Amino acid sequence: MMRRLQSLYESGMVLIVLIGTLLLWEAAVFVLRPPPIILPAPSQIWREFLITPGYFLQQSFSTLYTTVAGFVLAVAIGLALAVGIVHSKFLERTVYTLLVALNSVPKVALAPLFVLWMGTGIEPKIAIALMLALFSVVIDAVLGLRSVDPDMINLARASRASSFAILRKIRLPNALPSIFAGLKVAISFALVGTIVGEFVAGSEGLGFAILTAQGQFDTPRVFVCLILLGLLGTILFYIVEFMERLALPWHVSQRTGHAAAP
Amino acid sequence: MTTNGMAAGPDRPPHPIAEAAYVAIRQVGKSYGSLKGAVHALEGIDLDIRGGEFISILGPSGCGKSTLLKCIAGLEKPTSGQIQVQGKPLSGPPDRLGMVFQRDVLLDWRTVLDNVLITAEFAHIPTASVRERALQLLWRFGLKGYEDRHPWELSGGMRQRAAICRALLCDPDLLLMDEPFGALDAMTRDDLNLELARIWQDTRKTVAFVTHGIAEAIFLSDRVVMMDRNPGRIIEVIDIDLPRPRHLAVRETAEFAHYVGHIRHLFTSLGLLKDG
Ligand SMILES: Nc1ncnc2c1ncn2[C@@H]1O[C@H](COP(=O)(O)OP(=O)(O)OP(=O)(O)O)[C@@H](O)[C@H]1O
Ligand SMILES: [Mg+2]
Repeated sequence: MMRRLQSLYESGMVLIVLIGTLLLWEAAVFVLRPPPIILPAPSQIWREFLITPGYFLQQSFSTLYTTVAGFVLAVAIGLALAVGIVHSKFLERTVYTLLVALNSVPKVALAPLFVLWMGTGIEPKIAIALMLALFSVVIDAVLGLRSVDPDMINLARASRASSFAILRKIRLPNALPSIFAGLKVAISFALVGTIVGEFVAGSEGLGFAILTAQGQFDTPRVFVCLILLGLLGTILFYIVEFMERLALPWHVSQRTGHAAAP
Repeated sequence: MTTNGMAAGPDRPPHPIAEAAYVAIRQVGKSYGSLKGAVHALEGIDLDIRGGEFISILGPSGCGKSTLLKCIAGLEKPTSGQIQVQGKPLSGPPDRLGMVFQRDVLLDWRTVLDNVLITAEFAHIPTASVRERALQLLWRFGLKGYEDRHPWELSGGMRQRAAICRALLCDPDLLLMDEPFGALDAMTRDDLNLELARIWQDTRKTVAFVTHGIAEAIFLSDRVVMMDRNPGRIIEVIDIDLPRPRHLAVRETAEFAHYVGHIRHLFTSLGLLKDG
């Protein structure tokens, strides 16, 4: 109950800050009258959205689809890689080292290469999103899977547990908090990757819409896309966080002051 | 490089392994390499633990008690010497082993009951068949009403008791306990000493019990093994000839006081206890 009130209070504060910023923005534009190509007023951006809401929603949906596809693939591949890396010295020396090396390359620079390889469909965009998200999934999962109290493993070994049982009953649950920390970073990276993909290989999506609007010097349209992008990123982040809450009711960060039996 | 199969040194012929020895430890050494040079956690450990015997291991911090227990459990490989359990050289944890670690290592994501049941899960025993037993153990160790709580909702002593239940769930033949009552107040400790003595009396498990408590060691044991550190070694093994079953009142007898005095004197003479 207290927790509910607390979070209600917090969202209220966020709303007030948000509305305050918009009002200030509106007032500033009204007083200073910058050219609309530099900075349109919020009301103008809203009117722009209302002219073709269907178009904007369609572009948002396209971006959402690519991002989620890239993210889901990154999670599946990343977790499998992490488990392999933790269990095999060979994979650790090869794949892990390669990944770390690759990560120091600005991966965005590889985007045009993907277009050459895969054309201009949705595939290169998903691939770029995947590539950007993969690293944080693998790194945090490896970290989580490794940082097990050795006595927890001893406990399992003393009962002659199989290494699969150790993975499933000890290593994985123990790694979940770290894995979710990686997923929260990964979802943002997947969105960045998608936008980059849409910049270089776009025929749809918010990234493509931004480029098109820019070409027409239509700043209000750019702002509509940016705001939708911000909303998308926020919603995706909170969806991952919500899943974290479902998966880790036992974790320190989720515990309430009252120790209640579930 | 570890040479596990090595027998005793040339100047010391290996002891013949007694028929009844459940655990036979021969010239076991264990060193850990570190940047500051090797730490000799154990050196030249010779010890037989008979089947159904209760021994306590007593010694100062860092003398290798936990290491010895982990070696017997097959969790650490001795750097030298050999350990046999039921006549077979150890290569990994032996069958029907129950272990209580110095830290309780309960899993935060499981309830207390599920933490106890994990031993059965690991051993591929259907949990439904041992659930009743798990609950009985928890009640016996004063955790009634806490079955569905999570470990972080328990006190240190309660967590330690849950860990004991977990070790006992599959009715092990060999029970290795590393300071299981370290986090308890004196009264609860007495209570659980009695409970453990009763369980031992009923089931005659082979028990190796690490403790810092002199009285506790004497009260529970058939033999008390005293160790010293640097390197970790056995300095004396004393037989405790007190009648069983024992009651707490045995601690007020002259014989009991004699044993306490003997052990205290030994540790004082080693400079481990400063007594006056
Ligand atoms: N994994 C390890 N790596 C390096 N050194 C270790 C390791 N485990 C134990 N040691 C060293 O071995 C020695 C014996 O440690 P051990 O934990 O067996 O002592 P102990 O008798 O159980 O002490 P305590 O009563 O404090 O629990 C110590 O000097 C310790 O530093
Ligand atoms: Mg210890």
